[in-house]
Amino acid sequence: MIEYLRQFFSDPRFQSGYDGIWQRIAEHCWYSLIAFLCAAAIGLPLALLTGHLGRGDGPIAALAAVGRAMPSLGLIVLLAVKIGVFNFNAALIPLVALAVPPILLTTHEGLRAVDRSVVDAARGMGMRPLQVLFRVEVPSALPLILSGLRTAAVQVVATTTIAAVISFGGLGRYVVDGLSQYQYYQVVGGGFLVVLLSVATLVLFSAISRLAISPGLRRNR
Amino acid sequence: MIAASVFDLPSYVQHSYLGLLGEQLEVSLGATAAGLLVSLPIGQACARWRLLYPPVLGLVTVAYSIPSLALFVFLIDYTGITDTTLFIALALYSLCILVPGVVDGIRTVPPEVKLAADAMGYGPARRYFQVELPIAAPTIMAAVRVATVSSISLMSIGAVIGNLGGFGQLFTTGLRSFNLSLVWLGLFSLVVLALLCDVLLRGAQRLMTPWADRRSARA
Repeated sequence: MIEYLRQFFSDPRFQSGYDGIWQRIAEHCWYSLIAFLCAAAIGLPLALLTGHLGRGDGPIAALAAVGRAMPSLGLIVLLAVKIGVFNFNAALIPLVALAVPPILLTTHEGLRAVDRSVVDAARGMGMRPLQVLFRVEVPSALPLILSGLRTAAVQVVATTTIAAVISFGGLGRYVVDGLSQYQYYQVVGGGFLVVLLSVATLVLFSAISRLAISPGLRRNR
Repeated sequence: MIAASVFDLPSYVQHSYLGLLGEQLEVSLGATAAGLLVSLPIGQACARWRLLYPPVLGLVTVAYSIPSLALFVFLIDYTGITDTTLFIALALYSLCILVPGVVDGIRTVPPEVKLAADAMGYGPARRYFQVELPIAAPTIMAAVRVATVSSISLMSIGAVIGNLGGFGQLFTTGLRSFNLSLVWLGLFSLVVLALLCDVLLRGAQRLMTPWADRRSARA
């Protein structure tokens, strides 16, 4: 394994240019970031609404189940064949579809799990509904909301690899090209970089949740 | 007649529909079962020694964050482009869902019940199999359902590394031949299979633990 990695990192083909490591990492991060932001922009407001109103438990649970069962490779290929291999939406839409259910489910459940007496107290203090939502419910539900965002981000980073199966760059390029060129060291190198990137995403979100979660909540956990 | 023609795959798929179905079921269900066998003792240990749980949970979470394609290609070096590669990877991923499920399940067993079993003269093994496991079963089964569904859909990514991955092969060959109906068939088969397994497992759990409250079994 180490021998393969040494071979990969010393190959001049991957040092610079369009197939360079940094270029591929930048592409990978860029695709993942776009998909993640789109998913958060769809999932968060929707879940804040349903969680605050306390409606839609059933449909959201069903959506999460269907989202888990949906194979992203199939969705990417389907869209690629339908709207074209070079159309970025063919990669973007499946990634967003992958990331929305965990965000939606955990945010909704987080808000639903907030102690009703806390919400009542906030209302009793004369807070308006929006104040209750953003100053009481969201901070209390933050651990779960962030864990949902973390799951979504890690899955998006992992699955962006598959965008290379159609025509896109990112680190999956090394895996797919290496497999078709029978260069196993390229495959291993690409896989190694993807693992680094997704573990880095995990660490990033752990750091964010350490900073953002109110100390009062942490004590109870 | 129409159904028969949909399931007759073109020759370049190199498998029959039933062959793909068999491969899909064997690897994804087998891997989940193997993951369950491994996570039962791990979960039991984590429930008993509380200090053990956070590091184990961290470890399985990191393992789960490894992209499936990367894990598949690392394993090629050891097990080749075979179904064993997919099996090992999927079993490893299932741990991230199953270990917390087992720990939560074991923790739902009230201490009085364990003491009562002890007082009735149950040995540790008998207490585990006849008292703790049945009480933990609804929570564990909820985790098993989630793990089964996700390993069925994850397995399709195996098609990227070669002629494996069950219905996933319909995606890769569909892309290569630009055959949209093949891709639709694969998507449809995978989703239906996953939801069917989910429903069957829920039914099995109701039969096994008829006393369990419906609400507690919901995942």
